Amino acid sequence: MAVEVKLPTLLRVHAEGQASVTADGATIGEVFQSLTKRFPGLGGNLVDADGNLHKFVNVYKDDDDIRYLDGLDTKVSDGDVVSILPAVAGG
Amino acid sequence: MPFAAPTLRLTAAQHAAIVAHCFDGYPDEACGLLGGPTGGAGEPTGEITSVFPCRNADVSARTYTVDSRDLIKAMRAAEADGGDLVAVWHSHTHTDAYPSDTDVRQAVEPGWVYAIVSLKHAEPVLRAYRIRDGEIAEVDVEII
Repeated sequence: MAVEVKLPTLLRVHAEGQASVTADGATIGEVFQSLTKRFPGLGGNLVDADGNLHKFVNVYKDDDDIRYLDGLDTKVSDGDVVSILPAVAGG
Repeated sequence: MPFAAPTLRLTAAQHAAIVAHCFDGYPDEACGLLGGPTGGAGEPTGEITSVFPCRNADVSARTYTVDSRDLIKAMRAAEADGGDLVAVWHSHTHTDAYPSDTDVRQAVEPGWVYAIVSLKHAEPVLRAYRIRDGEIAEVDVEII
C-alpha cells in the first residue's frame, strides 16, 4: 500500500525538507517503519522508546485521529493521506 | 523593548469570544486557535479572520493540550478560508499573561503568535508573544 504522508514544518528537516512523502505499509505503524528506514531522523519524533505513538504528535488518517481508531495498528489503503501535526500544548 | 512583528489585530467581538471561552473553561485552563492570512514567507500578517474555541484535552488548571480533533477541524476550516492557523491562545487562571517555562518548551510553531489571557486580576488581561528557539518576544495587540 502506498500512502501519502504530510509532514509538519518541524519534521521536514528530517526528510530532506519535503512537505509530503510517499511510503508503503498496511498499517500506520508499518508506514512509519518504512519512513524511518529512509529518514532515520524521523523515527524518534513519531514513536517513543516503548514503540508507542509519541505524545507530542497527532497523526490523522484522512483527518481522523488514529488515537480514536486503532492507533499504530490502524489499517491504511492505497491513496490514503496520513497527516502529522505537532500537538499544540503548554502550561 | 520594541514589540516584535506582527501586531495581533483582534476585533472587539473576537476578543470577547476568546475571553468568554477562557471564563467558560475556568477553573481549568482554556485554549483555542486563530486563523488568518499569511504573508509571502508564510508569516502571519496579524489579521485574524476566524476564532476556534477548542477543548483542553488535559482538562487541567495547570496545562493545556488543544484537542487533536479540534486542531485538525480548525486547520481545515482556516485553509478553506484561504488562510492558515496563525495563533493559539490559552488562559492562565492564577498567573500573569506571560509564557510559562512549559509554554516556551512546548512552543513548536515558530510562525505562530502565542496569546495568553490571564484571569488573575479583576479584569482579564490578553497579551501575545512570538516564541522561537526558547526566546520570548512580545507582540502588540490592537483591538479594532
